[in-house]
Amino acid sequence: MDRLSRILHRHEFSLAAVLVLLASIIALINPAFLSPSNLFDLCKSSAVLGIFALGVLIVLLSGGIDISFTAVAALSMYVTSKVLLAADYSGSVIVAFVVAGCLGLLLGLFNAFFISCYRLPTLIVTLGSASVFRGFLLAFIGTKIVTSLPAGMVDFSKRSLFATTLPGGETIGLSASFLLFVAAAVAVWVLLRYTMLGKAIYALGGNPEAAERAGFNIVRLQFFIYGLVGFLSGMAGMTHACMMRNANPFDLVGTELVVIAAAVLGGASITGGRGTVIGTVLGVFLLVTINNSLILLGIPSYWQKVLVGLVIVISTGITARRNPRALHGVAAS
Amino acid sequence: MRDAFLDVRHVSKRFGGVQALRDVSLTIGRGEIHCLAGENGSGKSTLIKVIAGVCRPDEGEIIVNGRNVGHFRPIDAVREGIQVIYQDLSLFPNLTVAGNLAINTLMERGCRWATPQRIRRVASEAIARLGFEIDLRKEVAGISVAERQLVAIARALLQDARLIIMDEPTTALTHREIDSLFRIIKNLQARGVSILFVSHKLTEVLEISEKITVLRNGDKAADGDAPSFSYGTLVRHMTGREMRRTEPAPSREGECGAPLLHVRNLCRRDAFHDVSFDLQPGEVLGIAGLLGSGRTELATSLFGLTTVDAGTIEIGGETVQSGSVQDAMARGIAYIPEDRLTEGLFLEQSIERNISAVAPESSVRWGGWLNFARMRETARKWMSALSIAAPSAALPVQSLSGGNQQKVVLAKWLAGKAGILILNGPTVGVDVGAKAEIHGKLVELARKGMGIIVISDDLPELANLCGRVLIMHRGRITDELVMTEASESLLAARLSELE
Amino acid sequence: MRLLIITVAVLIIMSLLNPGRFLTYRNFASMCYQFPELGIFALAVMLSLVTGGIDLSVVSAGNLTGLLAALILTRAAAADPSGPMLAIYFAAAIVAAFAAGILCGWINGVLISRFAITPILATLGTMQLFMGIALVITRGHAVAGYPKAAQFIGNGTLAGLPVPLLIFLLLACLVQVMLSRTRLGLHLCLVGTNPVAACFSGLDVRRLLSRTYLLTALLSAVAGLVIISRTNSAKADYGSSYLLQAVLVAILGGVNPRGGFGSAWGVLLAVLSLQFLSSGLNMLQLNETIGPYINNFTKELTWGALLLLMMVVNYCCGRRRAR
Repeated sequence: MDRLSRILHRHEFSLAAVLVLLASIIALINPAFLSPSNLFDLCKSSAVLGIFALGVLIVLLSGGIDISFTAVAALSMYVTSKVLLAADYSGSVIVAFVVAGCLGLLLGLFNAFFISCYRLPTLIVTLGSASVFRGFLLAFIGTKIVTSLPAGMVDFSKRSLFATTLPGGETIGLSASFLLFVAAAVAVWVLLRYTMLGKAIYALGGNPEAAERAGFNIVRLQFFIYGLVGFLSGMAGMTHACMMRNANPFDLVGTELVVIAAAVLGGASITGGRGTVIGTVLGVFLLVTINNSLILLGIPSYWQKVLVGLVIVISTGITARRNPRALHGVAAS
Repeated sequence: MRDAFLDVRHVSKRFGGVQALRDVSLTIGRGEIHCLAGENGSGKSTLIKVIAGVCRPDEGEIIVNGRNVGHFRPIDAVREGIQVIYQDLSLFPNLTVAGNLAINTLMERGCRWATPQRIRRVASEAIARLGFEIDLRKEVAGISVAERQLVAIARALLQDARLIIMDEPTTALTHREIDSLFRIIKNLQARGVSILFVSHKLTEVLEISEKITVLRNGDKAADGDAPSFSYGTLVRHMTGREMRRTEPAPSREGECGAPLLHVRNLCRRDAFHDVSFDLQPGEVLGIAGLLGSGRTELATSLFGLTTVDAGTIEIGGETVQSGSVQDAMARGIAYIPEDRLTEGLFLEQSIERNISAVAPESSVRWGGWLNFARMRETARKWMSALSIAAPSAALPVQSLSGGNQQKVVLAKWLAGKAGILILNGPTVGVDVGAKAEIHGKLVELARKGMGIIVISDDLPELANLCGRVLIMHRGRITDELVMTEASESLLAARLSELE
Repeated sequence: MRLLIITVAVLIIMSLLNPGRFLTYRNFASMCYQFPELGIFALAVMLSLVTGGIDLSVVSAGNLTGLLAALILTRAAAADPSGPMLAIYFAAAIVAAFAAGILCGWINGVLISRFAITPILATLGTMQLFMGIALVITRGHAVAGYPKAAQFIGNGTLAGLPVPLLIFLLLACLVQVMLSRTRLGLHLCLVGTNPVAACFSGLDVRRLLSRTYLLTALLSAVAGLVIISRTNSAKADYGSSYLLQAVLVAILGGVNPRGGFGSAWGVLLAVLSLQFLSSGLNMLQLNETIGPYINNFTKELTWGALLLLMMVVNYCCGRRRAR
């Protein structure tokens, strides 16, 4: 009973409840929402956002914030695409992902260098590095959209599980990109729940001084965290390129807030130390559902930003109510 | 002669322009309870950091278990069996008790996998070793201070500590819990674990330790067996001068003028109930009690930081609005909080700006403009009145010692028009010399007619300062002692009777 | 003062790289019309940094408020009124912008002080919200076409000096005086250093924070007015890189990102440095060797790199001073 009450009180449960409620309402208004093709579509749309959000979760847990991940993704995926194209690559798409991921990793380490060696505030560092990455990409690498990607990448976008052919001849299925997201989510979940590194991340977010005293190598930990975020961002960028079937260097940047909103909605605290993978995944689904419902209900797309802003504002307000970070800090004696 | 576990030889350390330690040597034997005493700025914290491997000494060597350790990092110290329990306990508020207990051990063992089962196993072992009960799944942010202390100790024991360094462990504990802690320490000693106990509370130091080392201004001022020291000699070594005991405030029993502060039936849900008392002008009233007695909540309610559900607070016949700090301040109530670092001071700002934080009239001209000349003069005046030792008022407060910092907090309120001072733990973490100066000032203020309420766990302090002491227990005032008749031991007895 | 040296150094370097073009009256005049709006945004960011938070919504708020004023002005242009009526339209536009600014600031204030949401998150959300509202109103198009006289704020001169420059200098003076010489300023610094202690010292932290974000929004509104007047149009996402630049200017100007300290003079020098750099880089485009490499993207790269460099320098200087 105690266990049940614990579960009910958790943030993730409320979130799941809201998601179910929202889905039900939308389904009532427009039953097309629950059609297999729409649901598969939802899954597909959540892939890139989801992989990004996992990275953001990790950074938030450690007590930092990273807004350069979209720039990292764009740079990684564009460079990888161009390189593979130039090398006339025709092999498996896995290489593309690995290369993009490693590029992202390197960029993440760049962030880590400034944050960790100079102890600089993470928001401002990543504000600066985002500009550096973006500026570098657009100034020195190129601004043209790459429209013909290596075959492996295009192929990836067509892969799916449970492929079925609809009466109209259309083939739908659970997109491979979604499976990639699921794999990443599982990996991060294992990291956070079962490994020492995961606990170290939580510790760093909870009490950085104590973490240092406990003997954690903070510098190495930060490099790991931002490297991992970079890697995930690279992967997300590559996924995006595959799904779009082109590499547009102007893509992705501007979507940072949606990603952060998903993580925060999922219960990640911006002050660090709190958050779970399940919550983040639910947050991603919730945002994607909201987006999808906008389209289904016929609301124009420029309302999107307003809604995302509202979502961030409302969800952080609710979280703030739950853990009152009172402006008066009165201790009990 | 017990063989030494830790031998610190001729260690020196300099930070910038300050010589924190100068040729300090210290020996701790196996299973020995050793106390490190000294004022703030004496080098205690630096010495602890050197022993724990957090800080590299410029000169000297550290010999653990007969072996010279050379380049010593925190993880090396842990592996040698040296554990530090810092004053802030170094716990992770967002992790569970189990997580906190296990994480350092697993870290030290070099484990890569920290499954929930493994954590629970390690944690259970920890609390079993110490022999206390606690819900492992609770978040540390939600447990009491005493419980957190026990978690910190259990964690240290788990890592096969041979030497446990405790930095001011008793500041947040009740008397019962302190006795319990001492029993645990004796227990540890029997198992061959050495304890380095760092404390300001000289009575405790004399009670628990076998050997004492006194530091003063970075030098070792004295060391030896505990029985060879007395309270007075300890003070003399720590401060370099004799301690003057302040004279207690004159009793105001015969006065039946209008009370300065008139509190009737004050209630706040989950904090205190039906609290009533009067404060006469010129009186120093003490409030004693155990943890959870509601004293701090009472103080913050009087100050207006928190609201009251029922009852009245009257000053000069007029009711003070509940929950309004502005109103309380306008009527002359000042509150000097428990934790000066987080609640009382603006560490990076200058002394002058800290002192001007509250005072409206003395530093502000018409329309909200700051009067710099006045601010400087006010700062200078209070710095000399309270003997705040600092070369300039423009220095940031964080560069001052604990005692001087507390004086700045006091100055901040005295610069305004305070008529009633409420002090919560006024000399916690303050060296003996500054403590005496603060006490002297309080008595002087009382003589001038100010009403003073002192909330404290320091019984000699209460005995010294107060004419009357109220005892609070679980939110109610259960006893009232007049201090001229009652001695300190009676107060202690009454307190230990509670629960 | 280190900052003064940097400003002068940049000026010299840019002049050397662009002989004959940089040190001209025309160039300086043109620069003086461009940097004030960034300077005003930077003042706003500085204020929020001083109180220990950050206001990421300044540019969006500026765009939104400017947009509202622009809508009124286009209506004025359509009606083509004479003297006094025109003045009323102008007044209405300005009032509308300020009213919207107050509303934006109030929203931020409520979120941060009443709901105790961290400023980063709150203003991240409102930045999105304001931009979204502006997008909804404009549907992505620009709002252009104002009465001639409206260009005065952004393009006119008063006593020989560009109006935007005068506005910026006035605001900088006001902010500096407020921060360093008034009790409000002292209290803001204290809140930024330690909000808990501020509470315990009887300062009304909530009200102070609300006021801060109200002030930043008002400053943004002024910047918005200058922008629409100067560019003669209003877009929902104008100046999206302004936010980064504003933060850069604030940090360059010596504001401690953790709160408690800041100076408008630092901001002034910093924005000058940035403007010199920006104009200098623009001019370099005409240079044969480096020219082809310079474009908007390179500038973005430069700002980011500068921000990182500046912070590292601050850190190292801080370390050296502590020794």
